[in-house]
Amino acid sequence: MTPELKGFIFFSAIKMLVVFTTVLVGVALLTLMERKVAGWIQNRPGPNRVGPWGILQPAADGIKNFIKEETLPAGANRGLFLLAPALSFIPAVSLMAVVPLAAPLPVTVDWTLPLIGQLTWDGPMPMVVADLSIGFLFVLAISSLGVYGVALAGWSSNSKYSLLGGLRASAQMISYEVAMGLSLIPVLLLTGNVALSEVVTRQQEGLWFVGPLFISFFIFVISGFAETNRLPFDMPEAESELVAGYHAEYSAMKFSLFMIGEFAHIVTIAAMIATLYFGGWDIPFTTWDTQGGVLQTVLTFLAFFVKMFFWIFVVMWIRWTLPRFRYDQLMSLGWKVLLPIALAYIMVTAGTIWGIGQTLPEASPVMQSLVLLGLNVVLGWLLFYWLDRGRVVSGVGARTPVQLRVEA
Amino acid sequence: MSTRTVEMELRTPVVDATGRITNVPLGIPRRPSEHVSDDFGAEHMLVNIGPQHPATHGVLRLVVELEGETVRRVVPHVGYLHSGFEKLGEYRQYNQIIPLTDRTDYLAPMANNIALALAVEALMGIEITERCRLLRVIAMEMSRIISHLVWAGTTGIDLGAFTPFLWMFQERERVYNLQEAWTGARLTTSVSRVGGMMADVPDGWEAGLREFVTSFPKTLHEVDTMFTRNALWIGRTQGVGVINGADATNWSLSGPMLRASGVDYDVRKDRPYLGYDEFDFDVPIGVHGDVYDRYRVRLEEMFQSNRIIEQALDRLRPGPVNVSDPRVILPPKSRAMSDMEAMIFHFKQVMEGIKPPAGEVYMGVENPKGELGYYMVSDGSAKPVRWRIRPPSFINLSVLPRLCEGALLSDVIAINASVDIVMGEVDR
Repeated sequence: MTPELKGFIFFSAIKMLVVFTTVLVGVALLTLMERKVAGWIQNRPGPNRVGPWGILQPAADGIKNFIKEETLPAGANRGLFLLAPALSFIPAVSLMAVVPLAAPLPVTVDWTLPLIGQLTWDGPMPMVVADLSIGFLFVLAISSLGVYGVALAGWSSNSKYSLLGGLRASAQMISYEVAMGLSLIPVLLLTGNVALSEVVTRQQEGLWFVGPLFISFFIFVISGFAETNRLPFDMPEAESELVAGYHAEYSAMKFSLFMIGEFAHIVTIAAMIATLYFGGWDIPFTTWDTQGGVLQTVLTFLAFFVKMFFWIFVVMWIRWTLPRFRYDQLMSLGWKVLLPIALAYIMVTAGTIWGIGQTLPEASPVMQSLVLLGLNVVLGWLLFYWLDRGRVVSGVGARTPVQLRVEA
Repeated sequence: MSTRTVEMELRTPVVDATGRITNVPLGIPRRPSEHVSDDFGAEHMLVNIGPQHPATHGVLRLVVELEGETVRRVVPHVGYLHSGFEKLGEYRQYNQIIPLTDRTDYLAPMANNIALALAVEALMGIEITERCRLLRVIAMEMSRIISHLVWAGTTGIDLGAFTPFLWMFQERERVYNLQEAWTGARLTTSVSRVGGMMADVPDGWEAGLREFVTSFPKTLHEVDTMFTRNALWIGRTQGVGVINGADATNWSLSGPMLRASGVDYDVRKDRPYLGYDEFDFDVPIGVHGDVYDRYRVRLEEMFQSNRIIEQALDRLRPGPVNVSDPRVILPPKSRAMSDMEAMIFHFKQVMEGIKPPAGEVYMGVENPKGELGYYMVSDGSAKPVRWRIRPPSFINLSVLPRLCEGALLSDVIAINASVDIVMGEVDR
């Protein structure tokens, strides 16, 4: 084994450890954050009993879930019932592996460690566990696996509520994956690559994709919400209808795994939105951050963290604001609205990029982005105008507001 | 003595204690024309919603026959909270019945208390004092506000919006604090007495209520912003659970359920009691008779109740609360101890109770849920021979199976919420 390979494996293991631990601890803290955000929105303090400002609440919850009784419903399929939480948990936490967290750090290392021997690293160290060349395709593929956990949990619980929840979940996640995948094709068209590091580089050269690819961003956010199975897309759980949906029969740590999976999904979606549409770790209006250095790495990580956190907050904000869809409305939104828009948008974007190439062959990425931005302002306005005419959710404008006949 | 056979035709597979799957009867009556089969096969599924379920508003049990997610039939099972209030009332003196009324529609206890006092007063022909009348109007409208607040909040939860629920409950808490200051109880107020109230309002109470009515519409406007133009809310509620005006009348619906269908009937306007005809308020009438219109009607009713309370507060003057009728109101203790006649009245009332003349009375009032009616038959003794409640929740609930047919499972929850039931009143 060469020292270079050893160095690669060594640092990859460290990054894996750090990212995995951070995600798990972060998820635990996110449960607290969610409750604090909910409290803030609902004019109440939120959890504040365990530790200062309730900071130890996640630990208390964790301990509670560890020592609770594990139950197995009568007539449940034991094997699948045990397997489902793991199937839901593992894909969710493994998604962060491909997200570039900060600017590459130039490192030169030539160490000799006991047991391992000599290991070396020379050059920029990508701040990502695995900078896969398949990039966001990996995210799409792995996040699709989560549906197995949900569907199997619903089926194996031997409960009608769970079964309905599982059915809804599988239909919903599969439907929205289509729109989600198609919404990413414009990103691919503009970048020419699916690797997330390339996507970030391309956004540093031009504009953040949220501008030039606004509609793609819009579809991705909606499908991303649907993928996380949270409000307004929480049909699979639908507390008021299906009690708790697919995890109605789960208790203790198995239930916890579903919750961790859900929150890890939120982190992933927020990270993906930040990376794909908000420049990843890019600090706007400067090229200083690409020069390389410890300070650059730290600050770009902070920039990424802020963007990701903002989107995590948005997810929670929406959770505590909106009511939920009905199942058929959800399906028609996915198939009849988002999918055609995504398909049409691919055509429009491809045509525009080709047109720019024909008319302005010398156009810089910024120029290209600005043209696309102009197009998207028009398209976005048209889209929202059309959406607001009530053709989506059986309507805001489908009928005039109720005339309350008022007796004198 | 006749016996009644209850047919239990349908069976549903359940898992028994040993883990085996067996069929047990469920007790859904089938129409004779329908093909009777215990086995639903893969086509239909029976789902049991309740009596313990987050969205049944108490212990209502709905047995839902599903085809996919489409509801083929809903059978409500009631009676889990049956307390026999009507029968208990026959063994109570009139003022002792008032605590029972607290526990029927426990989301609007003061309105029930007052309705009972009104019924007995109508039986006896008692004219209450002006201050008592205005206090009762205020209490009635406070009840309407808190009941509708709970309704809007829980409906929000049923449709997935949790936040407005807590906003509503914060406002409700303020009304409850006022109730507590007045009656000493938050839920079981027992605020009325035949011929008056249990007490006058304490000092500063009117200022507290006025502070509430001035700031309360702000929260309502916030909820209005959250729901009324919200595409998700509209999508979930418009065109769901539609019943037209003629059907609503035939099903004997009342209250917001009826008015949302476009039928202009409000007991406060049509058969005024407590001098409601002197107050300037509007009755909101819906057009489409769906869940959305019921929401709009109830939201508007809260604004109107607010207006009524403001007007009543403006008119409220110091004065006696109880009538000076020794048949129904105890003389003051000081007089009972010094005056022979007062002592006799005190003794007779405590020992014998209030004795209305023989006869019967029906008193209908506009409760938050609909028309609450108390029918009382008196034989001249201190206890009613028969006390019958016309429970608006129960009668409104009876239309639920019809509204739910062909809807989706999620719609059942929305429709059930829009009916606005309270199980204490349904089961009595």
